Amino acid sequence: MPPFERVVAEHGAVVLRVCRALLNPTDAQDAWSETFLSALEAYPALRADSNVRGWLVTIAHRKAIDLHRRAARTALPMGELPERPVPARPEGDPALWAAVAALPEKQRLAVVHHHLAGLPYAEIAALTGSTPAAARRAAADGIATLRRLHSTGVLS
Amino acid sequence: MTSPFPPPPAALPDDRELLDTLHDRLVAAAGDRKLIDVGYRTVDSPVGVLLVAATDAGVVRVAFDSEGHDRVLTALADLIGRRILRDPRRLDVVARELDEYFAGRRRSFDLPVDLRLAHGFRRTVVAALPTIDYGSTASYAQVATIAGSPAAVRAVGTACATNPVPVIVPCHRVVRSDGTIGAYRGGPAAKRLLLDLEAG
Repeated sequence: MPPFERVVAEHGAVVLRVCRALLNPTDAQDAWSETFLSALEAYPALRADSNVRGWLVTIAHRKAIDLHRRAARTALPMGELPERPVPARPEGDPALWAAVAALPEKQRLAVVHHHLAGLPYAEIAALTGSTPAAARRAAADGIATLRRLHSTGVLS
Repeated sequence: MTSPFPPPPAALPDDRELLDTLHDRLVAAAGDRKLIDVGYRTVDSPVGVLLVAATDAGVVRVAFDSEGHDRVLTALADLIGRRILRDPRRLDVVARELDEYFAGRRRSFDLPVDLRLAHGFRRTVVAALPTIDYGSTASYAQVATIAGSPAAVRAVGTACATNPVPVIVPCHRVVRSDGTIGAYRGGPAAKRLLLDLEAG
């Protein structure tokens, strides 16, 4: 197995994108830190044939939900995920991020995990407690919405 | 279906800085929790970029460019542990002492050294090398005697050639009885440079 430094170098950016797509800027950074600290702790036991990116995104997903629950206890009541997270420093097109943030939760998770993190639908289904077919449909619906916004000029 | 997102995982320039900050924070938190098996950094030197790596016990490996730093780190992951992180702060003192040494301002290193990568007789030999003073040399045969096995000249050669902590543990001061320079992990030119440096 490669040194952990290589894991951070290869997957740090993707995990950051996922955290940003699911959380507000401050929480996104906290989620990144907690994700990699947990991963470091568990790394010696990780099997050599593991999908490292999928493993990290799974941890990030759980950390994001933890952070929401924590925020929900201490601040305004909120659902599992915020309605409109804003990326810390929007990369690429800010309007695209806003549009992603505005998707219904199932679609947002499916789009983020599949198109940003590259997780297969089976893994997304396991994370979100749905089925691979439903995850695929949610991602397709989300992308269709983004395309519609794009073609109508809302997204450039 | 094509994705409207750029393909992962390339980081945008803007993100680089934030990821560096997050990396530093991770290393600090991991250090506090004793989760780092090996911390490392690189040090520029007249013999090329050196990789220096340390465990909690001390400097465990110094590697030359020619050894391939990535390959060395991968080997350390197998030999010591996978929790390896770039940790310049942990190695600040090591880097400073190496700088002073290469500037001719330091004659010995005040650093804990972790010899866990040297085993058996090789370890005995490597542990004995700091008894050879700065600026002087010893033959492989002399070192064999110091190590308590006068006949093991060839094994001393192997021990020096596989010294896990070259430069800091001065295997470069061991030369052939006929005065020629002998083998070196960093190549004969690096060995020559170190001996010339110490000759002043």
